Parts: sequence; structure tokens; C-alpha cells
Amino acid sequence: MPEFYGKEIASRLMLGTAQYPSPAILADAFRQSAAGIATVSVRREAGGDQAGQDFWALIQDLGVAVLPNTAGCHSVREAVTTAQMARELFDTNWIKLEVIGHADTLQPDPFGLIDAAAQLTEDGFEVFPYCTEDLVLCERLVEVGCKVLMPWGAPIGTGLGLNNIYGLRSLRAHFPDIPLVVDAGLGLPSQAAHAIELGYDAVLLNTAVAKAGDPVAMAKGFARAVEAGALAHQADAMEPRDMAAPSTPVFGKAIL
Amino acid sequence: MSRFFSIIGGGVCGLAMAAELSARGAQVEVIERNGAPGEHACSWWAGGMLAPECEGVSAEPGIVMEGRKAAAWWENHGAAVIQRGTLVVALGRDQSELKTFARRAPTAAMLDRPALESLEPHLAEQFSKALYLAEEAHLDPRATLTELHRRLARTGVVFGDDPKGQIIDCRGLAARDTLSDLRGVKGEMLVVRCPDVALSRPVRLLHPRFPLYIVPRGDGVFMLGATQIESGERGRATLRSVMELMNAAYALHPAFGEAELLEIGVDARPAFPDNQPRIRQIGERIYANGLFRHGFLLAPALARMTADLVLECKTPEIWYEDHRER
Repeated sequence: MPEFYGKEIASRLMLGTAQYPSPAILADAFRQSAAGIATVSVRREAGGDQAGQDFWALIQDLGVAVLPNTAGCHSVREAVTTAQMARELFDTNWIKLEVIGHADTLQPDPFGLIDAAAQLTEDGFEVFPYCTEDLVLCERLVEVGCKVLMPWGAPIGTGLGLNNIYGLRSLRAHFPDIPLVVDAGLGLPSQAAHAIELGYDAVLLNTAVAKAGDPVAMAKGFARAVEAGALAHQADAMEPRDMAAPSTPVFGKAIL
Repeated sequence: MSRFFSIIGGGVCGLAMAAELSARGAQVEVIERNGAPGEHACSWWAGGMLAPECEGVSAEPGIVMEGRKAAAWWENHGAAVIQRGTLVVALGRDQSELKTFARRAPTAAMLDRPALESLEPHLAEQFSKALYLAEEAHLDPRATLTELHRRLARTGVVFGDDPKGQIIDCRGLAARDTLSDLRGVKGEMLVVRCPDVALSRPVRLLHPRFPLYIVPRGDGVFMLGATQIESGERGRATLRSVMELMNAAYALHPAFGEAELLEIGVDARPAFPDNQPRIRQIGERIYANGLFRHGFLLAPALARMTADLVLECKTPEIWYEDHRER
């Protein structure tokens, strides 16, 4: 099972907590998914006087590790301030760092991300950076102290799955000892299974479950998919073999 | 024998409760420290859509079933209910949202541009198709609350300040002092005047991040709503929220770019964890609360169920909890 900053988590599934029809359905989805980590946004909900505390209390009652995030932050300073607020609110050094570079696609700002990750690590945070699958960016994030990497599968909320399988495989190969999590872009359990089959330690998703017609059933589906993916990864899968293009003429010979 | 009830709270929940009980022969007083309906009530900021089918896309079946009875109830209680249905549209890039909505709202009819044009010509300038939920209705929340208040006073409901009867607590979010599982869900809304756009029914613009509804109030005035943020804050509209609403309206029809901004409203909706309302008995007091974003849609049902309970000892089939110690 994956270990993040020295803490073992008993699940390869991490779920976001936004956009569910109700907190009750959210809680049910968590139970059925057996997710080990809940991400929660604080930027917009905080307001004056911790006005979001009722909702945050519901998240803390889920009985899973809470990973606050800096969703909605478009600058380094905003992200750093939000992380500090989250540390106070949830009493954790964990922070899922989002620095949004493009307002429409919510694509991460790789330059701001390195800057913010460096500042936060220096300040004692344990940073989970939401990044692209760019190898050099990921190297820099590790250099500034990140011990987890969370590359996207596809842009947030698209459900397009794993857009660059080669890039994701490449990250796995280059960072054999860093926990890797596919974050964002997943729409279906099969895509989550694929990420885990590639050797990823976990997947993080939100919309795919929250916006499904039946979020609880979809959560269950994702739970089984990551389990299937993990079994497949351990099992040392066969290599696919292409029989469509014969390499030697077979006519008149014994068939091999 | 006439029973005497003291309803605490004069928002949509309390006034509907007073109307129902009083119409069924009970003696009723309403305790509302702020007096006549106004901006102190969360329902003052409501959209006033009676749209059970649309809500059913993400709400529980009970909300749809009970919500379908709301328009008739309001009409019976003097509200000017406008039954022209709801239109649902999505911008080019978000057509998948429309497809999903159509699947989850099976009573919706897909209109092509000519059909849309015959209903809302200005909308057809921007959209080539729309979903139409013909049975849905809307009302003006402020006119409705004010009229209901006036009618109640006329029919003998007392507006007092010291409860003397059996208490029915309809205080909304203020009842958090007792109802520990009640939370606030912040909503921000705008009122604009835009004589260049004519719409005669509510329009919903689907978007994965910035959904919008527009409810016409007549005379070129429109209500634009509403954000939904997990926060109990009852003030402080943020620039981001206001911008998102404006932007969505502008995308719906560019003429909204020239609209006059009349009002920025903000309040928090009272909600229980499953976003469904409750009639909860604690000690001698009955609480009716948790109408969430369904104030006008479900206040009639909550009032009727509560009246069934207190006048006829009929236990409501849904949304009822007895927390009395035995």
C-alpha cells in the first residue's frame, strides 16, 4: 500500500469532496470506495470566521486522512497563504498544492508550482504537487523537496483518462522510489485501473464520482478498479503479442 | 376545539406553515423579530423556481414528488404562479452537459431552434437547441412572501413577539443553536435590469463549473443565481462569485453586458447533511427546517406534513424524526 511522507495509507484511491449532491451522499461514497484520503478545498469556503467549519467537520468525520488543497489559487502567494490557513484548520502539514496557470483549463502553472513548493517545504509543509507529466518539472519538484508527485491524467473535470501514457510511464521509470499519483482527468474506473497497472501508487479523482448519476455506485466501481489494477501490477502481466503481421512466411511450414 | 400554535420565524417556511395551519382551522401566531418579510430572511434572496424535474437531476426522489405539488399550493394561497416551464441550455463546448441532463430529466423535451424561437425568440438567437420542462413554474419570492404576510394578517394570524402556543420552530439557519447537524450553504445572486433581453420563463445554463439560472421578474428585471458554497457566511459576496454569475449571463446572451446592476444579494441556505428538509420533534418543540435551495418548492410540503402531524397525529412518511426522550 502507498506511503506518503512516512504515513502508510490503506487504499490506492483518493477522493475529492466537491460537487456531490449532498454531504450524506459524499460520506456514503467514501464508505463504499474505502478511499484512504479525502482532499478538501479551503480557499473559497473559508470566508470570515471559518464559516466553512460545518462542512469541514463532516469531512473530518469520514475517518480518513485529510489532504487540504489550494484549489482555486492562481498565484504563488495565494497558494502559500491558503496552505498556511489549511495547516491551522486541519492540523496537518500535508498540502495538495495547486497553482493554476490557465483559468479555463485549470492547467497547472509549472513555474509558480516550483516556487510555491520550495517555499512551503522550507516552511515545514509536506507538499503533494498537482503537476503536468513533464519529466523536467517533476525533477525540479523533487529537488525542492517534494516526496510525492501528482501528475494529471488529463485536465481537471474532463474525464478523458490518461492522455499521455508514454509520459506517465516515463515518470514511473525515472522516479522508482517516489510515490506517484495520477490526479485529475479520470472519468471511468477502467482508466484508474490502467494508471495503477502502470505502477502508479494511487489515483485521485472527484468529478467522476461526484457527478455520476449514482455517485455511491461509481465510488464502488473505482474501488474495485484500483484493486484490479494493483493485482495486475503485482502479477507481472504478459507482454502483448501482435499476430496480425506475421514475421515469417508460414505457407507450407509447420505452424509455430 | 381550536389548537394554538406559535410559529417562530417569518421566512418562507414559517409563513407557509402559518398559512397551512390557519387554513385548517388552527389558531396561529407568528413570531418574527424583524417584522414583515425582508432581507433578513434567506427566502428573500431565492430564485422562486418551482422546478422539481430540474432539481431531480441531482436531488432525491422525495424532493421531486413533493415539489410537484408546490405550484398548486402557492396558487391556492394567493401567489401569482407563472406556469411557463423551464428551458435548459448549454454552450457549444458543454453539449455533453445537456446530454447528461436530458438523460437524467426524462420528462424534458428537446427543442430545435424553430421550437425554441416560438417560446423565447431572444434565446434562439444564441442557442440552436434547448431542453424544455413544460410543467414547471416560477413565482416572485418577494411579492409572494409580502402577499402571504398580508393575507395572514387579514385572516387573523397574529404577529407577536412572545410565544404562547405550541412552538413550531421555523427559524432556518438560526436554529443551529439546537440543530447541530444543520449547516449553511452560501449563495450569491444578482438582480439586473436588461430591457434588451426578453425572457418569459426561467432559463438554466449548464456548465461544469459556473452553472447559472436566470429568472425573469418582469419589466426587464432578472434574477441571476446562484453560487453554492459550503460556508455558513450570510454576507460578503465575493468579486469572483459575482464575476462568474455576470460572465455566465453574458455568455447566455451578450445583451446582458449592457444590463444595469440593481442588487448583489448573499445569504446562507439552511441544510441538513442529505440536503433534504426535516420535521423534527425535540421535547415539546417541533422544528421544520433544512429547506436548502428548495424553499418555495418544499415549504408547502413541509407545512402540510407538519399540519398532518400536529392536527391529525398523522406521522409524515418522509423527512420526519422524533427525537423525544422516552
